[in-house]
Amino acid sequence: MPTILVVEDSPTMRQLISFAMRRIPGSRVIEATDGVDALKKLSSEKIDIILADINMPVMDGLKLVSLVRGNSAFKDIPIIIITTEGAEEDRKKAMSMGADAYLPKPIQTQELIRLVTEQLGKR
Amino acid sequence: MDRKDGILRKADEFLRIFRQGEEFTRNLLSENERLRFRIAELEESRLQDLNESKIRHYEEHVRMLEDELKRLRERLSLLEAENKDLAKRFALAAVENNNLANLYVASYQLHSTLDYDEVVKIVVEIIINLIGADRFAVMLLDEKLEELVPIATEGSGTGARREDGIIAAVIREGESYFSDVPLRKASDDPESPLVCIPLKIKGHVIGVIAIYSFLAQKSRFSDIDYELFNLLAGHAATAVLSSKLYSRSENDYGTLRNFLELLKEKTI
Repeated sequence: MPTILVVEDSPTMRQLISFAMRRIPGSRVIEATDGVDALKKLSSEKIDIILADINMPVMDGLKLVSLVRGNSAFKDIPIIIITTEGAEEDRKKAMSMGADAYLPKPIQTQELIRLVTEQLGKR
Repeated sequence: MDRKDGILRKADEFLRIFRQGEEFTRNLLSENERLRFRIAELEESRLQDLNESKIRHYEEHVRMLEDELKRLRERLSLLEAENKDLAKRFALAAVENNNLANLYVASYQLHSTLDYDEVVKIVVEIIINLIGADRFAVMLLDEKLEELVPIATEGSGTGARREDGIIAAVIREGESYFSDVPLRKASDDPESPLVCIPLKIKGHVIGVIAIYSFLAQKSRFSDIDYELFNLLAGHAATAVLSSKLYSRSENDYGTLRNFLELLKEKTI
């Protein structure tokens, strides 16, 4: 039963992504509103995959990626970045920091479900 | 002499009988051979008949199997066609499901609060995250001043209204406007948005959403975009107006309550 952490400051996007993730059979969705909130959830729950926005208050998605990759307890958790930044250099930057996949907004939920299933399958 | 003749006669007789016996035995052997040959012939013929019957049986069986195979092949192609149709329907249902989820979430969020600022923020979130707009303006019509007042802008869009312009036409006619220009091209003219959506309550236009550019990755509109535009036209208008009225009534109620308390103090 995969536990999916959705890190997104926009309630609309958070609800939409969580809605899509609940369609993955047996999945459990945990929500966080920014990077700091996500780190708290990571230390209290066993997370299988992280879906994170880049532009968030308090701590952005890229900082979260670098902190997760730098922590031996979480470093192997797959991270998918979901953002309005669609430029190639933004994608490269996120991937070089340790993200496993990058999905620009507006998202196609089928594509997101496919990506998450693919990343979970690699574990 | 007579005795010798008698012996010779008997010997001749014996020889004759012996030859007759020999002839009879030869005949018997020959008949036996003929009959054996005949039996073999009959046996062969019987076997041949049996084989032919078996061949006929097998041929019939093969024909039956071929018919069955043909029927199965027909059924398989039917099932394959059905399967393709179902896969197509499933994909369509998945898209429809996702579209409905988007609409549900957008609608749910728009009506989740009566706080005016929050409602405006949600409208902006939907325009950016669900539609993929980059520069846009949400404007309400001030009927007293007869002008559009921006309540949220992203980028440079401000939406001045020229009487013969696109925005004025959208307000006048209450119909959404979609430019033929490719979505990757941005508009720098506040009067010429790429998309202009009227915010309507019961056919009455209270404002517009004017979009001047889209995110780089947005190359075309999908069905859900049009549905979201329709949803925004109705639901965003209601949500914005009701939250505005609610905020105003809250303020009025506060003022009235303060006034009543002041009156009470004075009468006491």
